[in-house]
Amino acid sequence: MGDHSHGSPDDSGTVAKAGAGDLDKFQDPGLPPHRKRLADTDPHAEKRAERQVALLFIISIIGTLSFFIAYFVLGRPEDISEIRLQNAMLGLGTTFAMLGIGIGIVHWAKTLMPDHEISELRHEIRPEADRQDAEQIINQVVEEMGIARRPLIRNTLIGAIALAPIPAIFMFRDLDRSGKNAGAMVEQLRHTMWDTNVRLTRDPSGTPIKAADVQLGSVFHVIPEGLNDLEDPLNEKAKAVVLLMRLDPALMHVSEERKDWHHDGIVAYSKICTHVGCPVALYEQQTHHLLCPCHQSTFDLTQECKVIFGPAGRPLPQLPITVDSDGFLVAQSDFHEPVGPSYWERGSN
Amino acid sequence: MSTTTEYTPKTSTGRIANFVDSRVGGSAMVKEFGRKIFPDHWSFMFGEVALYTFVLLLISGTFLTFFFDPSMTHVIYDGSYNPLKGIGMSAAMSSTMDISFDVRGGLFMRQVHHWSALLFVASVSVHMLRVFFTGAFRKPRELNWVVGGLLLIMAMAAGFTGYSLPDDLLSGNGLRIIDGVIKSIPLVGTYISLFLFGGEFPGTVVIARLYSLHIMIVPAIILLLVAVHLFMVVVHKHTQYPGPGRTNDNVVGFPVGPVYAAKAGGFFFIVFGIVALISGLFTINPIWNYGPYDPSPVSAGTQPDWYIGFVDGALRLMPGTLGNFSLDWNIPLPWGDNSLVLNVLLPALVPAGIMFTIMFTWPWIERWVTKDEREHHLLDRPRNAPFRTGMGVAGVVSYCVMWAAASSDLIATHFHVSLNDVTYWLRALFFIGPIVGFIVARRIALSLQRKDREIVLHGRETGVIQMSPEGTFTERHEPLDPYKLHQLVNYEDRQYIPAQPDAAGHISADEKRRGALSRFFFEDRVAPVTPSELAAQHAAHGHGPAEIEDSSTESIEK
Ligand code: HEM
Ligand code: FES
Repeated sequence: MGDHSHGSPDDSGTVAKAGAGDLDKFQDPGLPPHRKRLADTDPHAEKRAERQVALLFIISIIGTLSFFIAYFVLGRPEDISEIRLQNAMLGLGTTFAMLGIGIGIVHWAKTLMPDHEISELRHEIRPEADRQDAEQIINQVVEEMGIARRPLIRNTLIGAIALAPIPAIFMFRDLDRSGKNAGAMVEQLRHTMWDTNVRLTRDPSGTPIKAADVQLGSVFHVIPEGLNDLEDPLNEKAKAVVLLMRLDPALMHVSEERKDWHHDGIVAYSKICTHVGCPVALYEQQTHHLLCPCHQSTFDLTQECKVIFGPAGRPLPQLPITVDSDGFLVAQSDFHEPVGPSYWERGSN
Repeated sequence: MSTTTEYTPKTSTGRIANFVDSRVGGSAMVKEFGRKIFPDHWSFMFGEVALYTFVLLLISGTFLTFFFDPSMTHVIYDGSYNPLKGIGMSAAMSSTMDISFDVRGGLFMRQVHHWSALLFVASVSVHMLRVFFTGAFRKPRELNWVVGGLLLIMAMAAGFTGYSLPDDLLSGNGLRIIDGVIKSIPLVGTYISLFLFGGEFPGTVVIARLYSLHIMIVPAIILLLVAVHLFMVVVHKHTQYPGPGRTNDNVVGFPVGPVYAAKAGGFFFIVFGIVALISGLFTINPIWNYGPYDPSPVSAGTQPDWYIGFVDGALRLMPGTLGNFSLDWNIPLPWGDNSLVLNVLLPALVPAGIMFTIMFTWPWIERWVTKDEREHHLLDRPRNAPFRTGMGVAGVVSYCVMWAAASSDLIATHFHVSLNDVTYWLRALFFIGPIVGFIVARRIALSLQRKDREIVLHGRETGVIQMSPEGTFTERHEPLDPYKLHQLVNYEDRQYIPAQPDAAGHISADEKRRGALSRFFFEDRVAPVTPSELAAQHAAHGHGPAEIEDSSTESIEK
């Protein structure tokens, strides 16, 4: 068998095509004989097909009308079940309107329009003569421009074109509307609203929390006091939300520098997952695990929220807390490290 | 200049045609397209579904723009849906609530828009799989394959930007994940995030920015790509499946007018009808259940739209630490520490990157390995290209593993197994699955080819049992008619091409690599039956019964 896969497309000026040139191959018997449809030979069948198509179009008309019934008769629904009903009826009306037309036309085409398959020759996408002409024209254009002979013009043009788009990139600098310089922009990611003596309050009501209210095994969703009074609270909230839990101090492994960050086993950790930022809010009391619902990172509360499973790469930052003179829980300071997902400038601290 | 006689039309069609033609010259176009031949096959339908769902997106999306307010201004909801009355939310969310509850048919339009979006990405994907498995991307259609790949990426971009617009709890969470992924990009990621959100997440501008991308830039790019795509289809003419009378030099099918146009046009209404049915009966994205975006509440068990799932799944599969080494890695550099967030960066970029790179370059990879520079207008049945089918299945498997991983929590609760175990299994499957998929799919393709050989050589099984004079029972086999026979023997017989020396007699390393790959792909192959083989078979056995297992016809070359 000849190896026909080496045909170079360029040598003879014609494009090599697949499937030519094998000797020991079955002959193509050509298109199978055409079989007539019932409607081609039987006038009754033809009439019947005609009526079927018309019926489908009439179904479409009924569908469109029922759309209007749903729209006007049901009017302006008041509660959710009425809205569901109206939506379903509008949908069904449209369904019949469209399927009636669609199936009708396809049925018409299949039963009544000619179903002879026709064979047409493919023409060459690129007649060789055209290609040669084009090549000549391009050569002539390049020649008349003389760009090859005038490197000074060419090089300065390349330089100018390379520089010209750069302002367009810089114009996007003010997409950040804070007016901060680059360093300050990145620096803001390190800080949250938490500060010395800022009270821990309940999310979303903003009521402060007494240490005595925090029972063993309970969990509080916490925002800093004053968050709700901000004009635009979401930005601060996206960094400052905290989980507050009480553990049996005997279970806790506390490192030396954090030994006074908790109050009687009451600990506060950032609720923003260090993976890509979802709120970590599933607390498994028996195991003392915090679980992020987005990608299942699991943090061990007894080991200062070390990652024990899943894609997060850092422990949840801990908020150092204490109680104020009224017995309310307050922060000792801001977090000691950035909260949430890591970023290039984050570094170890 | 009045020497030429003016053409005077006789019929009213003629008059209209003449009016148009003498002003814009349409008759050449009618001549070109009016009876142009299009081959017909059910698998050619997916591209049409993609086109039609895109049209539905344009129609329903335009309706939505008249009511949607892309602003993050804080408002108090005061619409018809009682449970959320008096709750603070963004104007975007509030206007989406109004579209759902206070604009008649608005909910229907939203659901048409969202279901069409899901179906759009799905049909683009299935269409691409069809093109891949049948080899329709081969010369001269490589560039159109690339355009199709870009369309898939833009479809996902359109879906994602749209999904974020209503500013509900889910879409906000989705954006937050994107923010985390962007921040993991070394050097520039932090800035890209700050620029995109106009400051820190979530800011007050991102919805408006996504909105101009979603309703203008992305649809315009898609429209442009669709135009280029269809233009190339016309230039190349459609491929066709092999069969009697169908050759590499002809197109067999129906003329555009009237049959093909009627079927394709009618099909638009069918797609519309089906989308309307789904949108009428099945709720999608009920934002009133989720509530407005707030960085604090949880939303367990929620899923992104399906086409984003594979990225989410890849994020889940990646471990954050290896032993005591955190993949969220602080690199000590002369000026201090920087963080390289490998546990996010790798899964977000590498699997999708590899997949799209192989996808885009596959036509050239295949051409290089097979040294096949010819034009192909006849498709392969997937079984007749076992190596390609294997590769395609490997790709599909790796995609599906990531996709399944996006539902690892649902898998765990549904089958009552530990979530961690599900993750470990999926991690293993991520590496083993594609290899097993390749081997199994290729083996299946080869055995189907072998079955075709059997049928050609021994005829069709009739189910009639005969007893020979010697008393043995055999099943009678009937010879194939020439049309069916042609169907089974007429395929491309790709063979292993060993590394070839160049003009100087030297075999380059590149050529050696190609040779190795060619061997890997084509070492096992099933050759089509040739007439002489069939004649020999008939001479040996007559036309009567033949044994089913006949090792002498085995043509697997090892
Ligand atoms: C090109 C493909 C497109 C895709 C895949 C797509 C996808 C989506 C999705 C998934 C949503 C969320 C819908 C929801 O609320 O559940 C959406 C919203 C929206 N889309 Fe599109 N869309 C596309 C094109 C368009 C176009 C062309 C327009 C306008 C001309 C448009 C206008 C809108 C508007 C105004 C919304 C917000 C309203 C709402 O969420 O209900 N879309 N889109
Ligand atoms: S965001 Fe928490 S695991 Fe991904």
